[in-house]
Amino acid sequence: MRNKRTLYLRYLGLSSIIIFMIGPLIWMILTSLKEPARIFTQFFPSPIRWENYIEVLNKVTFLKQYWNSIYIAVLVTLFVLLFASMAGYAFARINFPGKNIIFILLLSVMMIPPEVTIIPLFLFMRDLNLVNTHIPLILLPVFGAPGAFGVFLMRQFFIAIPKELEEAAIMDGCSKFRIYWRIMLPLSIPALSTLTIFTFLTNWDEFLYPLIFINSRELMTLPIGLSLFTDETGTAWHHLMSATTLATIPLLIVFFFAQKKFIEGMTAGSIK
Amino acid sequence: MTKTKLIRRKKISNKLGDTIGGWLFISPMLLGFTIFMFGPLLYAFYISLHDWPLLGESFFTGFENYQNLVKDNSFKNSLIVTLLFSLGLVPLNITLAMFLAVLLKDKFWGIGFFRTAIFVPVVTSLIVWAIVWKYLLAPELGFINQFLGLFGIEGPSWLLNKSTALPAVIIVSVIKNVGLNMILFLTAMQQVPEELYEAAELDGASAFRKFRNVTFPLITPTIFLTMIITTIGAMKIFGQVYVMTRGGPGESTKVLVYYIWETAFKLFDMGYASALAFVLFFILLAFTILSWVVRKRWVFYEE
Repeated sequence: MRNKRTLYLRYLGLSSIIIFMIGPLIWMILTSLKEPARIFTQFFPSPIRWENYIEVLNKVTFLKQYWNSIYIAVLVTLFVLLFASMAGYAFARINFPGKNIIFILLLSVMMIPPEVTIIPLFLFMRDLNLVNTHIPLILLPVFGAPGAFGVFLMRQFFIAIPKELEEAAIMDGCSKFRIYWRIMLPLSIPALSTLTIFTFLTNWDEFLYPLIFINSRELMTLPIGLSLFTDETGTAWHHLMSATTLATIPLLIVFFFAQKKFIEGMTAGSIK
Repeated sequence: MTKTKLIRRKKISNKLGDTIGGWLFISPMLLGFTIFMFGPLLYAFYISLHDWPLLGESFFTGFENYQNLVKDNSFKNSLIVTLLFSLGLVPLNITLAMFLAVLLKDKFWGIGFFRTAIFVPVVTSLIVWAIVWKYLLAPELGFINQFLGLFGIEGPSWLLNKSTALPAVIIVSVIKNVGLNMILFLTAMQQVPEELYEAAELDGASAFRKFRNVTFPLITPTIFLTMIITTIGAMKIFGQVYVMTRGGPGESTKVLVYYIWETAFKLFDMGYASALAFVLFFILLAFTILSWVVRKRWVFYEE
């Protein structure tokens, strides 16, 4: 009897907290389907107005910003995967002078806050005429905290792989690069996928760099574009909520299918 | 050539090959970090010693920017707001994460749904989250105040009111990220040996006592480390403030990073902004070193 009661209490406690976590997103989706005139008078949309989405998707800047966000996050992730796994492999498996000092130095990158380096970087990019281009948005995360975290994660993973697997290849006279590319990389797919999720999500959310480096609308990424959406058309709630829904749903769908990997990727990043 | 000679020769060439190979493998990252991190860090300090406008000439002023910090009321305010934000967020986040982890530790019907739901905000983009909450908290038309209105309660203008803006931003930030800390606690709790609970049960310990005397002491290192990591994150808060309040009303939510951004990219005072940024740097450095000490002192399951 007592157990039943604690179970009900548990459901009650959890539900009252969870309302604040999924409630806002449900409200966002419901609002995105309402007619503009009825946004404040109804809770459930009726009639459902799908046109909101079509209208948002017809905004050229929104689609461009969406595309910018996707391709920048993909490029950053690819570069991080490549460079971090290369460096991680060298730190784990190759003996060369200076290795330990350099490794500690690379790790210290994780504690340099981007807020400190952003001013010189802005002046630097301005002198190279790279302000208002995507180049800083791609380069800075790769060679910043996400990249450094990747090196650390990959090194830890490579260290745990048994040496015997490589030794046979060394006997056959394989070069280091071939060992890395043909043997180590395929073995490290679990670590690479964790790193992929972590890098992609943090980059999808990146706010400071695009805010500072980009000033034309077509070149903005989604977070900045959406935050300005609020300012300009403050009253078009239905459009704004369609836009934020479109920015959220793809990630949530992937999350539901690869939940375990997602949680691993996100927590791996916060433990660093 | 004899076999031993061949092996020796191979060894020497291997050693050289390892050195070159090793450096080649790390060169992209090393080069990138030097250009985009270490270089700018030093240069930021150099800039902070100057009167450095965005355009035009800069003048060396020594430590004047740092001396000016003491007299700057906006700086003091930003430090206090950042501190209040962290003092509000960290205990709330840790307590709630712990509470949820305890509720979700043992299996029961529907546990998968609850665990997923708590993690949903973590996966949602921070900016989207902040925008949606900004509208939920809107003064008259926002859902929250309309809902309160059903019960005859007139809700405040959450984000436009000096006394409610900061707490609102804190709560929105807590809900966003509490799932992450919950998972960390859950993982730590699952490492606690089952025998300890069985022994406690034999002694007739209640659920609360089991938590206090078995679970809690064993996961203290994780709690402490999570607290430090959460504090570091709280000190750097920017995005949600930018979206929800723009530092206002007045300066009531103007946190340190927002003030740095404003000084550098609205007022274009690069020298002073760099000095401000170094204050942030040293605060974060102190917490990072603290986290290393904690890690060293307690051996962690993950290592």
